[in-house]
Amino acid sequence: MSLTMIKPGLFATIQDLGRYGYQKYGVAIGGAMDEPAARAANWLVGNRDTEAVLELTLTGAELRAERDLWIALCGGDMGAQTGEGEVIPLWRPVWIAKGTHLAFRNYRTGCRTYVAVAGGLEGDISMGSSSTYLRGGIGGLDGRTLRAGDVLEAKPITGRTIAIDKLVTSPSGGLKWPLWHAGGFAVAPREVHAVRIMPGEHQHRMTAEAQRGLYERVFRIAPSSDRMGYRLHSDVSLKLIEGMPELISEPVVHGTIQLPPDGNPIVLLAERQTTGGYPRIGQVASVDIPVFAQLKPGDCIRFYPVTLQEAEELKLESELDMDQLRTIIGLKLYGNK
Amino acid sequence: MKKWRNVQFVPLGDSSVLMRAGDGIDESLHRWIMAVMHLLESRRFEGMIECVPSFAAIAVHYDPLAVWRSRSPQERAHEAVFDTVCARLETLLSQLPDQEENSRQQRIVTIPVCYGGNYGPDLQEVAQHCGLSAEEVISIHTSGLYLVYMIGFAPGFPYMGGMSSRIAAPRRKTPRTGIPAGSVGIAGAQTGVYPLATPGGWQLIGRTPLALFRPKQEMPSLLRAGDQVRFEAINAGQFMEWERERGG
Repeated sequence: MSLTMIKPGLFATIQDLGRYGYQKYGVAIGGAMDEPAARAANWLVGNRDTEAVLELTLTGAELRAERDLWIALCGGDMGAQTGEGEVIPLWRPVWIAKGTHLAFRNYRTGCRTYVAVAGGLEGDISMGSSSTYLRGGIGGLDGRTLRAGDVLEAKPITGRTIAIDKLVTSPSGGLKWPLWHAGGFAVAPREVHAVRIMPGEHQHRMTAEAQRGLYERVFRIAPSSDRMGYRLHSDVSLKLIEGMPELISEPVVHGTIQLPPDGNPIVLLAERQTTGGYPRIGQVASVDIPVFAQLKPGDCIRFYPVTLQEAEELKLESELDMDQLRTIIGLKLYGNK
Repeated sequence: MKKWRNVQFVPLGDSSVLMRAGDGIDESLHRWIMAVMHLLESRRFEGMIECVPSFAAIAVHYDPLAVWRSRSPQERAHEAVFDTVCARLETLLSQLPDQEENSRQQRIVTIPVCYGGNYGPDLQEVAQHCGLSAEEVISIHTSGLYLVYMIGFAPGFPYMGGMSSRIAAPRRKTPRTGIPAGSVGIAGAQTGVYPLATPGGWQLIGRTPLALFRPKQEMPSLLRAGDQVRFEAINAGQFMEWERERGG
């Protein structure tokens, strides 16, 4: 036993980096919504980035450590605290003593927090991944959202033992952590989030006004948004030119912006369907997809245009940054020992 | 967008490309799609992740960093990773055999269906709409040979062609909030089977006891693009027998 779910909060599932190779059978990729946060959380406890982590949503989750554990919390800041009211810092390895109570109920920023446990969480493996896929009823814990009383197991640690110099110990002695952190990889909170997009193949199916509106309007995240897609509302809906021939279904990808006839765009995310027949009016640059993972209903975004080449450069840079992060964390965790 | 012969390469974000060779639904285009899928999957290029076929296009998902890191000296001259991917795809496409190979055998999958009653609550309505008897609708539906063009919308959901226009019927005005898994329906000129319980507006004419989504098996979908499907009428007793076998 590693962690017991006392309360799941709004929505909690087990996720890894997704299920690849089965889209041709209609199976969604799924996986962590904020991929960089999930990867960093794993590295911070000495795991490979493909290990399963816990994805918590917004607020309300409570966990209990059933043994001494190394954990890392990355992503949104839900004001994680112990039962004694000690703040559990984000974006770094944290040693927690057996019996420690973790509560996520002082919501501050973001929308999703990842909890990685040294060794990696156990989950039902289906098609090479333990990501929970609700629609398919597979992965995670019986393919469902987590409930109060669920017990999460961590796999045995196979790599080296974490040996960090100079740990800070909390007053109760229940927590230890280093001063360094990887918080620079968090999605920063903003009044209006900037999201960079490339033009979609069907942008010209929108009226001229709607084509301008896509970049001029501020869009609000609708409450019906979920892991499949985020629905966006603005003051005026985006109109499609009438009488265009219907599209036949074609593959879609993460970050595809679809425009259904109601004029409210949908941004497709981790658990999206594999194909779609609505006009594709834009495509979010890969590096900005994690922004959506940290937006909650009511939050605002604005779109800015980038070229394919710019989006590629951003993606390559961010992957090289992630590579560097992994290397540096490795040095910090094991030092010279 | 780039073009090679009659194939368009449309970027789908910064990590995939849509290869499109038409804009309609027809069998010869489908055969080309299947041949290209086979070629791509048997001769993967460095950085390719997976391919997803549809009626007239294939999405090729790739890892831009892996493609960038594996560039050849000539490919280093490309302005974008997308250009390198397109060049690699063009090279593969130019090696596509001109003649249709018969080595890839088309499977024929028979799907047992219990028509009407609780299993197909809209059978009468479809019959009335088409000016046929329920028996005639069943006989027309079971006499067709259907081609699976693609899987999408939901895990294991087949987009099929080949239904007789004599049993075409419009979608329900008010979609049902819950349709049981295995429901066989008609929407316009299309017929399909719902793999999972889901809301939907199709006219339901029957239900199959077969599981279309089977996540525990190596191929998680009963059907795949390129299969042919035949429906076979069974009675309620046989339906329950099938279900028992599946459960046991």
